[in-house]
Amino acid sequence: MLTPRDEADLAEAVRGAEGPLWIEGGGTRGPVRATNGTRLSVAGLTGITLYEPGALTLVARAGTPLAEVEAALAVENQRLPFEPMDHRGLLGSRGEPTIGGMVAANVSGPRRIQAGACRDSLIGVRFVDGRGDVVKNGGRVMKNVTGYDLVKLMAGSFGTLGVLSEVAFKVLPRTAVQHTLGVIVTDDAGNASQNIGRAIAALSAVLGSPFDVSGAAINKDGNAFVRVEGFAASVEYRVAQLKSLLGRFGAVRGLAGEASEALWRKIRDVGALHGTDHDVWRISVKPGDGAAVAARLAGAELLFDWGGGLIWAGVAAGSDVRGALAGISGHATLVRAAPETHAALGTFQPEQAPLAALTAGLRAQFDPRGILNPGRMG
Amino acid sequence: MDMPIPDAGIIARKAQIVALLKQVLPADAVIHEPHETKAYECDALTAYRCPPLCVVLPSSTEQVAAVLRLCHQQGVPVVPRGSGTSLAGGALPTADCVVLGVARMNDVIETDYDNRFIRVQTGRTNLSVTGAVEEDGFFYAPDPSSQLACAIAGNIAMNSGGAHCLKYGVTTNNLLGVTMVLMDGTVVDIGGAHLDAGGLDLLGVICGSEGQLGVVTEATLRILPKPEGARPVLIGFDSNEVAGACVSDIIKAGVLPVAIEFMDRPCIRATEAFAHAGYPDCEALLIIEVEGSEAEIAEQLAVISDIARRHNPVELRESQSAEQSAAIWKGRKSAFGAMGQINDYMCLDGTIPVTALPHVLRRIGEMSKEYGLDVGNVFHAGDGNMHPLILFDANKPGDLEKCESFGADILRLCVEVGGCLTGEHGVGIEKRDLMVNQYDPVDLEVQLRVKDVFDPKWLLNPAKVFPLASSQARRAA
Repeated sequence: MLTPRDEADLAEAVRGAEGPLWIEGGGTRGPVRATNGTRLSVAGLTGITLYEPGALTLVARAGTPLAEVEAALAVENQRLPFEPMDHRGLLGSRGEPTIGGMVAANVSGPRRIQAGACRDSLIGVRFVDGRGDVVKNGGRVMKNVTGYDLVKLMAGSFGTLGVLSEVAFKVLPRTAVQHTLGVIVTDDAGNASQNIGRAIAALSAVLGSPFDVSGAAINKDGNAFVRVEGFAASVEYRVAQLKSLLGRFGAVRGLAGEASEALWRKIRDVGALHGTDHDVWRISVKPGDGAAVAARLAGAELLFDWGGGLIWAGVAAGSDVRGALAGISGHATLVRAAPETHAALGTFQPEQAPLAALTAGLRAQFDPRGILNPGRMG
Repeated sequence: MDMPIPDAGIIARKAQIVALLKQVLPADAVIHEPHETKAYECDALTAYRCPPLCVVLPSSTEQVAAVLRLCHQQGVPVVPRGSGTSLAGGALPTADCVVLGVARMNDVIETDYDNRFIRVQTGRTNLSVTGAVEEDGFFYAPDPSSQLACAIAGNIAMNSGGAHCLKYGVTTNNLLGVTMVLMDGTVVDIGGAHLDAGGLDLLGVICGSEGQLGVVTEATLRILPKPEGARPVLIGFDSNEVAGACVSDIIKAGVLPVAIEFMDRPCIRATEAFAHAGYPDCEALLIIEVEGSEAEIAEQLAVISDIARRHNPVELRESQSAEQSAAIWKGRKSAFGAMGQINDYMCLDGTIPVTALPHVLRRIGEMSKEYGLDVGNVFHAGDGNMHPLILFDANKPGDLEKCESFGADILRLCVEVGGCLTGEHGVGIEKRDLMVNQYDPVDLEVQLRVKDVFDPKWLLNPAKVFPLASSQARRAA
């Protein structure tokens, strides 16, 4: 295993590589290893290199534990806006999630609907491309259109374009208070799919309101949850407004403080599918298609986030969810399954030919030898 | 400002190229008489102009594809154009290029409130996107100050921002999907109405690529419910340092205003003389706007005012009504016009870490004396995006050059303190040659390789963004 200790070391390791590299941060986000390449861990590149709370800016080396970053932010009463998921419970993985791994997988949680995804808060990167060159893009300021935005391109590229060495974020103040409303969604027919449609309609109603909802999810029983955050009086006001909006969808209950926080941690980490026998798929569609997805995947355990547009599906091992959803616009990613299933169905949704050509072209430019995580993104 | 020597062979073939374009477009969509193409000789960076070979105004994605396919076959460069409001020369033609304007493509294709998106043709103006949904209580968040005129196509090309991006983000944070035509005529669909497009984040790299990777013809944009209300507070200070410290404390206190605008004394004086907004005569002025219900606004303004009072403001004026809000914004909104009354001006757009604000303003003041040119500063203080306005006299020989040199020094200063050359206007031709101050050759080379993938023949807007020397080999190939 290659364990560079700084960026120059990392560049040396990539430049000197004679075959495929399997790049990892904390190794917590899976999936199964798809190549026999040499392991290259960036966990040795650690440390917060700049944190200016008054400028809402934090820069850290890619191997810095996410927990260390979050702890530093908490001291100043700030946080990463996008509420990144911890994959360990879902995947049964061990180890320490790193800030670089989180960026490489563009991991975002429930607050994505209000505060944007990981890629939206990412304002700068340094990385080593497949040629072994150290490249920087973006910087440490939140408004920057100088040259092409490779920052976004690197987020969610799973190490296939370069090995991240440093990442910079716009952070946000932690909110003073949060409150959650849970709706026991009821309808006359009692049909599961229709129930989901109704729960999604409840979420659409609140997300179309001016009350600044920061979480909108549905649990496996089809009940809807809505979160608001902010100063106490503001939260109280919005909760009252949202209660009256939600009343027509079923009985509404409130959840405050730690109970609310624990609920959203569970939603964020897909807690309902921890330790089950299912394959787990992550499906991204427009919220209004959620009911159609539920109808196609009858029998699956379904959890909805992002107002209904992010669907976590627990299905029988080996099921071809992508095939079942054919014709519904969006994409499905295989997150937890046996290696053979990954191999047979592909981890990521295949792209249309012209897009696949652009993707292949970019990978050939960034990594002409094809050594960076080959097979990871198909 | 150097531009590449136009290809004489292409210019000689003008009649033939126009005839070919007329085969794939309606006759009125091809403009080639010199008196007709005059309106397309420049964008809002009016110091530079050049008549194009001809202009085409297609009205569908298919027509755009036909034009690009033809120009690709013929080896003719194409300069895409939205509404031509670029302050960076992003739509400046070359003598051997076809200008491709999307102005005729301005339809709303789909509006969906349940899923909170709108799909439009990209010739539609920014403000008319909001116009299409505001009666139903929604809006499109990015609000560049040219929003009355600027097109979504240009917003996407430049990743446009606005005054309210501290809370709502810029174009890239509100763009869900595009239909784009590549230079060879291939039509690609990226993303859609769902929140995260699959695969590599191509949407992220297309947004802000200044029309060099493809021509975006349709866009799916996120729309948001309108807040219940908004009100600003105006706070005056007798030093830039204190105003900067106040901004920092407000942000640290957990308030997230939708806008924090900063004006310095030269700008305050100019706007006051022009617009009579009743601003105090002080060193630095902050306008901070918050949103929500009446009670929420009051709560946030109370927190902000408490913090401001600890910094001994010379003036603190919380708006109590729509009229007072308008009065507070009046000066800020007329700042550019006010400076324009005094003289010609050049508007810069560098971003700095907000903590560097006092130092940068002091240095700009010193340089202003050295160059003998006045400068006023308007500033999105929440995100560090500066807009120094340098005054010069376009009719005075040498003044423009002096102004450009001063501007370049300011932008180099922005980079030096950890910022960047452009926060929301784009590089265009204006800051092209300064790119080497922000990026090493290898950083630029990687960006050039991205263009190689999308436009291997380097025909789309080829003389922009990158220093001419660094793109020379590719443009000539």
